[in-house]
Formats: sequence, C-alpha cells, structure tokens
Amino acid sequence: MIEVRHLQKSFGAAKILNDVSFQIENGESVVIIGRSGGGKSVLLKHIVGLLKPDSGEVLIDGENIELLNERQLLRVREKFGMVFQGAALFDSMTVAENVAFPFRNHKHLTAGEIASRVAAALDMVDLPGTQNRKPAELSGGMRKRVGLARAIVYEPQIVLYDEPTTGLDPIVSDSIDKLIIRVRDQLKVTSIVVTHDMRSARRVGNHVLMLHDKSIYANCTPESLFASPDPIIRQFVDGVADAKECLI
Amino acid sequence: MNFSVKQRIRYVLSELGQIAFLIKDIFSSLLTFKIIWRDLLFQIYSIGVKSQTVVLVTGGFTGMVLGAQTYFQFHKVKMDTATLAVVSVSLCDELGPVLTALMVAGRVGASIAAEIGTMRVTEQIDALRTLATHPVDYLVLPRMIAAQIALPLLALEAIVVGICSSYLVCVHILGIEHVYLWENMLLYTNDVDIVIGLVKAFIFGGIIALIGCYKGLTCGLGAEGVGLATTEAVVYSSITILITNFFLTLVMGKLVGLL
Repeated sequence: MIEVRHLQKSFGAAKILNDVSFQIENGESVVIIGRSGGGKSVLLKHIVGLLKPDSGEVLIDGENIELLNERQLLRVREKFGMVFQGAALFDSMTVAENVAFPFRNHKHLTAGEIASRVAAALDMVDLPGTQNRKPAELSGGMRKRVGLARAIVYEPQIVLYDEPTTGLDPIVSDSIDKLIIRVRDQLKVTSIVVTHDMRSARRVGNHVLMLHDKSIYANCTPESLFASPDPIIRQFVDGVADAKECLI
Repeated sequence: MNFSVKQRIRYVLSELGQIAFLIKDIFSSLLTFKIIWRDLLFQIYSIGVKSQTVVLVTGGFTGMVLGAQTYFQFHKVKMDTATLAVVSVSLCDELGPVLTALMVAGRVGASIAAEIGTMRVTEQIDALRTLATHPVDYLVLPRMIAAQIALPLLALEAIVVGICSSYLVCVHILGIEHVYLWENMLLYTNDVDIVIGLVKAFIFGGIIALIGCYKGLTCGLGAEGVGLATTEAVVYSSITILITNFFLTLVMGKLVGLL
C-alpha cells in the first residue's frame, strides 16, 4: 500500500505541493490529473523517492521512505517500475540491453534466462524482434513501449507512468492505454498514471486524484469525476479555457 | 559588492560540500559495490586508449622543445651533454604528469561531464535510480578507477616518448655526443623521479574523473546547462591540477628529502 501524508514541496519561493494526502491500495489503478505545472510529476517522483519533501511522509507498505538514504532506497525501489515522459532509455545501449538493465546485478540469472525474459517483455509491449535496435532508431511510441518493457521486466509490484501518452497521436495513445490495462490485469500490479489525457484517464483508472491549487481537489472514481458539476472539475474534464463554456 | 562576495563564498563552500558528499559516496560505493569488470575495462579503453594521439603528440613535442631550449642555454656554458638529463628529470617530475593530465582533462573531463550531464537532463539518471542502481556505483566509480589506472600509464608513455624524441633532436639535429648524453641522463634521473610522476598522475586522474562526474551530475537543465557543465569541468579540473601539483611537489620533495 502507498500512503502519502501531508506532503509539502517548494522549489525556491514557488510552492508546488501543499498538504497532499491520499492512500493507494495494492492492485489499484490510480490516475493523477491536473493542469500543466501543477505538481503531478513532482508528486510521482516523491512516491518513488526521487525527490525529498520539505515536510510530510511517503509510506510504502508501511515503511517511511523519507527516513531512508539513497542506498537504502534502492531496496524499496525494487518494488517499482517507472515509465518516464521521454522514455529515458539509455541511448548508448540497444533495446535488449535497456530492457535487461535491471538484471545486471542479479547474478543468479543466466544470459539465456535474461534473454528470454527480455523477449517476453518486448512481446508484451508488441515489439518483438527489436532487441538489436538503438533507441535513436525508434519512434516516440516505440520508445515509450520499450520504457514500459524495461519497467515491467522484473515484475515490480507498482508501476508508475509519467504522462505516457503525451506527444503521441491518438492511435498510438490508444495502444499505450491498452498496454497499461494489459500490464495491470496480467501482472496484477498497482498502477499510478499521471496524465492530462481525459480519455486515457477514464479508460485506465479505477480511481482518480485531481491536483488543483497545490493540493488534492478530487479523490473519486472516474465515473463520479466525469459526472461532477463542480466548475473546476468540469473545466478540466471538458478542456475549456473559459469555465462558462463547460458542457454541464 | 559585499553581498556578491558573500554569495560567491557561499556558492564555493556549497560546491565543496557537495564534492565532499560525492567523495563519501564513492568510498561507500568502493566498500559495498562489486565492480563490474566489463564497465571498468570499457572506461579504461575510453579514457586510456582513446587518449593515445593526444598524449603521444604532447609528450613528443614537449620533449623536443624542451631538449632544444635546454641545449640553447647549456651550449653557452659547454654543458651540452647534460641536456637530456634536464629533459628527463623535468618530464618525470613535472611536465609528463601535468601536461598529460591537462590534455586528458580537456578530452576526458569534458566528455564525462557532457555524457553524465546529458543523462541528467534526459532523466536517464532518474531512470537508473528507479531501476535500483545507485548513480555513483554505475557512473562515477568505474570512471574514477579507470582514470586513476589510465593516467599513470599515459604519463609514463608521455615521459618515454618525450625523452626519446628529445634524444633524437639532440643527437641528429643538434649533434650532441649520444653516449655522454645518455649516460648523464641515467646518472641524474632517479627511480624516485619516476615514482613522483606516477603518484602525481594517479592523483590527477582522480581529480579529472571526480570533477567531470560532479559537474555532470549537478549540471543545469537544457543544452545550456550541459554546455556550462562541460566548460566548467575542463576549467576547474585544469586549475585544480595546477594548484594540486604545486602542493604535491612540496610534499613529495619533503618526503624524498629534496627539501
């Protein structure tokens, strides 16, 4: 279980997160929505310990990760897989080397076993046979899929997605959404997806957290979010600059 | 003015503090992390083998110029045959390790800062951390060890090439008697001169890798941040090498009884 308690974070004079608290149960699929620059990715990075809060706590399976140093955090991070906005593939390596990277310190696996795990992960993201290609030779959608393969190859308990469909065309976005659902259902992982894409939020989440004005504004199911008459929620769901133009 | 000096001092102290933490992490990594030999060998190749041209040209031409200049002065007092001895001691104690380190700082320090800096701005370092890999284990430690192995070997190579090229200039261009030239060099160059040069090169290797990695890991965002980190890595490591060399010369001179 992931528990965030009274999280606060500022960068210089700019406050990004203010008293953010929520819980995510094992196996849940949670979507975090909010405006650009609203602190969604910052919140995601706190969950995996990439950023330290100014105050507040993040508990992973009851363990407060704010008390751990970088080396102790490595043990906790073995529970996580993360798909980055720009995929963050290691560009000096091939696709296979990228996907096999999590196994480099696992001496109990043979080269053959690693190769078959890599092939299985690439099959799952519909990229079979791309092992020897370099990240520079791949399209944006393919890079994100390789990033997803790298995140799931060691079967983590929690997968974090930082804007997985941003910058992709609707067809590729749809395929990424389907992949997220497939990974969630087949591997039984807890998924946390940061997105602006409301169509994607409706499809992949069974719970939605909306960040607004530096804190959690809505914590509900996608159905109740989309049916909400609240003007701030409606403005975001309908994607209109002027609140008067909202559909409901 | 007073405020900006204060800010500057605070900035420098903050940088030194962060470098101290990085050194602590490197020692911690050295004690807890099993080095992956393939990564280490690749870095030795990248730092050592790929610096061959730079080191050969630096060593060769420094030896030739030093030989010619020394001859021009010594010839006035009829000490022509001491030329190679001066070249040899200068190259072993100072010029070999320092010039090699400065050239490698330009090539390797910049490359390390640019590579790690680019990884930082493209979130590859965050990706490493989420894949349960400490950036110091994977990025810094292999480069540190490789630089500290490669630099003494490169310095030795520069010294040998420098002496040989100086010998050729002295004998074939300046017409100095080769037997006396060689014997005087052997007479005045001691083992301790070579040891001093190698110890200095070992320390300079650490400085180049440490500053390159530090600048890469802490670089600002965007292309401008990477560019600045690269420039600073070269400038800071070159200055640090020159300052450290002075103190090393005093300390080692004291240790071997020259002071």
